[in-house]
Amino acid sequence: MGETPPHRLPEADPPWVMRTYAGHSTARDSNALYRRNLAKGQTGLSIAFDLPTQTGYDPDHELSRGEVGKTGVSIAHKGDMHDLLDGIPLDEMNTSMTINATAAWLLALYLVTAEENGVDRGTLQGTTQNDIIKEFLSRGTYAFPPGPSMRLIADTIAFTVDEVPRWNPINVCSYHLQEAGATPVQEIAYAMSTAQAVLDAVRERVEPDAFPRVFGRISFFVNAGIRFLEEHAKLRALAELWEELGRERYGVTDEKYLRLRYGVQVNSLGLTEAQPENNVIRIVLEALAVTLGRDARARAIQLPAWNEALGLPRPWDQQWSLRIQQILALETDLLEYPDIFEGSKVMDGLVEELVEGTKAEMAIVAEHGGAVEAVPYMKTQLVESHRERVGRIERGELKVVGQNVFTGAEPSPLQEGEDGGIMRVDPEVERGQIEAVRRWRSSERDPGAVATALEDLRSAARGASTNLMPATIACAHAGVTTGEWAGSLRDAFGEYRAPTGVSDAAPTSEDESLVALRERVEEVSETLGRRLKILVGKPGLDGHSNGAEQIAVRARDAGMDVVYEGIRLTPQRIAQAAVQEGVHVVGLSILSGSHRELIPDVLRSLREASGAGNGSGAPSVPVVVGGIIPESDARELLAAGVARIYTPKDFEITRIMADIVELVAGCAAVSDVSASGTLASLAQGAPRQ
Amino acid sequence: MSVGGGETAEGLAAALGRRLRERDLAAAPAALNLIEDRSLAGRAAAAALLAEVSPAALGGEAPAHLVGVTGPPGAGKSSLLSELVSVWRAGGRTVAVLAVDPSSKRSGGSLLGDRARIDHDPADGGVLIRSTATAGRLGGLAAPTRAAAQALASAFDVVVVETVGVGQSETEVEELCDTVAVVVQPGSGDTLQFLKAGIMEVPDMLVVTKSDFGDVARHARRDLEGALRSLGAGRTPVLAVSSLSPTQGIDELVAGIDAHRAELDVHSTRTRARRLAALSEFAAERGERGVRELGGRRAAERMLAELDPALEIPALVAALESPGRGGR
Repeated sequence: MGETPPHRLPEADPPWVMRTYAGHSTARDSNALYRRNLAKGQTGLSIAFDLPTQTGYDPDHELSRGEVGKTGVSIAHKGDMHDLLDGIPLDEMNTSMTINATAAWLLALYLVTAEENGVDRGTLQGTTQNDIIKEFLSRGTYAFPPGPSMRLIADTIAFTVDEVPRWNPINVCSYHLQEAGATPVQEIAYAMSTAQAVLDAVRERVEPDAFPRVFGRISFFVNAGIRFLEEHAKLRALAELWEELGRERYGVTDEKYLRLRYGVQVNSLGLTEAQPENNVIRIVLEALAVTLGRDARARAIQLPAWNEALGLPRPWDQQWSLRIQQILALETDLLEYPDIFEGSKVMDGLVEELVEGTKAEMAIVAEHGGAVEAVPYMKTQLVESHRERVGRIERGELKVVGQNVFTGAEPSPLQEGEDGGIMRVDPEVERGQIEAVRRWRSSERDPGAVATALEDLRSAARGASTNLMPATIACAHAGVTTGEWAGSLRDAFGEYRAPTGVSDAAPTSEDESLVALRERVEEVSETLGRRLKILVGKPGLDGHSNGAEQIAVRARDAGMDVVYEGIRLTPQRIAQAAVQEGVHVVGLSILSGSHRELIPDVLRSLREASGAGNGSGAPSVPVVVGGIIPESDARELLAAGVARIYTPKDFEITRIMADIVELVAGCAAVSDVSASGTLASLAQGAPRQ
Repeated sequence: MSVGGGETAEGLAAALGRRLRERDLAAAPAALNLIEDRSLAGRAAAAALLAEVSPAALGGEAPAHLVGVTGPPGAGKSSLLSELVSVWRAGGRTVAVLAVDPSSKRSGGSLLGDRARIDHDPADGGVLIRSTATAGRLGGLAAPTRAAAQALASAFDVVVVETVGVGQSETEVEELCDTVAVVVQPGSGDTLQFLKAGIMEVPDMLVVTKSDFGDVARHARRDLEGALRSLGAGRTPVLAVSSLSPTQGIDELVAGIDAHRAELDVHSTRTRARRLAALSEFAAERGERGVRELGGRRAAERMLAELDPALEIPALVAALESPGRGGR
């Protein structure tokens, strides 16, 4: 046999781990879905949890309303985890869990489930996402203030490095930063800064000889956008910076610990609602970004579905995305060659640009005192970058086929089915889960053991140097619920609201339409007697605030007074704010699919809070809604009293604003033809009959 | 729209004022909508409302404690207010917060974010938070803030006016409120420098936040106490608080705020506040020329000082506008 020539590998590389981000409704339903996915050739699990599980609330908590089983599976205790993993060989499976604020808890449930099935901890493989900084910056499923959150992360890492050595305790996420608008430089700079903050925190909690192993267990979860060559360069730059950080800051010398390990979910931000079939092509190209060059190839990949901008994907949609991975890995010759970009002037140049830019940006974060202290700075930068991106699409400088160019199209047969091309979660699931968790609390566990476990957890939380994992595992054993675990820690650590990043956002660049709109706002404000005031609210647990933030900033730049309270608001709080602040219009943003429950709740609360009770179905101030809202739901919401609905295809924010201003002007004209809005406001404050 | 059997806007506004006087807190949002209304009809209605909550109508000064909380951005005012509101509510006191934010100079619009940072139970009718923008006004307050505070003071037990700034921007808060606390973040020397240089008046109390920062907070407190002593104001309290769980110093701060009010001559403080508010409103309407025609600011203040102490702001403004007619 001759020697292998340098442009070939002696044997093809094995494929990466192929996953689908999946889970919905109950643990049993999701278990059935996982088994089907594994049978289709998926090689790892990626568990999507619903928002109550992610933020530490039980299904019967007020904030859970409308969210149970929606964006993922509801896991309230170890019984649910047993159902979820039933029949899946845990000693062979590689399980990724998208879980952050409550990562320590879900990891404990996983460990206890394995133990009760006779599987040794030492054999378990998988990943807990466990990156809280990006939750403050982008995704919004945080539960505790930054200090205690970082402690929980450090505790899980310090615990797993010896106890569950094949587990990746944290997946530092750059993914969500890109979704929030980050440029490639911001994406890697903020992720690297986060990893550094985590490593610094863990360094104080493990023996020095264990530290290189800790470094080796840190993995990244990245994004890949449509500019797939630059995106590939981004990953090469990240690998270079990571190795340098390990050597220089932490003195790691072992090559195997210095290698960048990353998984990927490609970009959802660039997927369009208009002509959604085109998204498949985008997803393929983005998959190339993370597989083309062997030196920076992903270890695990999950791809979004073509219809994510329309609603929740169905199993068939996810299967199509799995097939993309399989064709890429098994039919093409991708895995047969060494790194194809070695020696490429273009690639080296791009990497160098990104490395330089990243170092400069990391230095700014360091000046702010590191990633934790720099959250407000980074958030403001992201809101800025996103604003810039949205503006470029609006102006047509950034071309998006089907959205701002070539918009005429044949009707899509993919959306013709009875379900409109998306999945719906049965609303009965929520009621079932509420009953189930109540039954679990009252009759399926030993109350004395639960009380003791929670007391031990609270006392561990008070001792700042105690690792919280043992007490958390004891809680899982005793049958404590997700809400009880997180609630005890909320009591100990306090609640937290992350910065919104909008206050310091620079003004939108001036263009004719904005200037014209501003004049119109002045006119309408004159008629109203005071400046047009809007409340931008995010009801429920959905933390994806990027859209709401862009609306808030643009409303300000159009000359409105904007009340923006950030995420996770109950309908009652939104209604109270609307009345107390005397706003003229309420704008709600919701992306988690819970609009059918939460929007009518807000309308009801508004009617009650303003004492209107006029029976007409319309609240006393107009309510507009933006989000991923299927056509048929939109009709229902309009009938329920919503004044306007905007979906991702309404990408021109200035135009949305102009529409809202005319809506307010119209309401003022109808409610009071005589003069100012004075009389309207008087009637609003009338005592209830 | 119908606003009821032929009643005038002023009649309805007066009814709102009476509801406030009877401590019907649900009337407050509509009252504020009216007070912020700058149209002619709106102003006439607001005057009718304010007359119902005037000292004459109330038979004395409005009962609320007017508390100013001011300081630079990021000093921790809102977190501190969260804790104060919860202590006041636990003690059975109703609280209104008027949060004043700067506006964008270019667009005239504003992002009002303080409400988000003040923890409160939305089901609790005893707390009201209202955000307003300065709309380009200097001096720290929004145009309707004084009238709003006055109206709310007849209904709530505590009315907080929260403003952003350091240096001279708290002048108006100081004029309006019974007790003013300036919030200082440890490690930032601005307040200290402004105090020493005499740019800023000595407030009723200074609050150093983030006392969980340890040495930095202790240094900040010591430096401020030193500066106050050298200004001959060594009795001005400097309190250290932490709004992070477990909180520190909040009960002491509440007690300090109460103690300041207990020693205060509320009637003369409020009389002065009304007079300065009238002058400020007059100057905003008539400009510097109008003030000069009265013989300048000092002369105008002397003139106001001779009027009936119970007069309301609109009456005081009217008096300034037709100086010959005196106090009616």
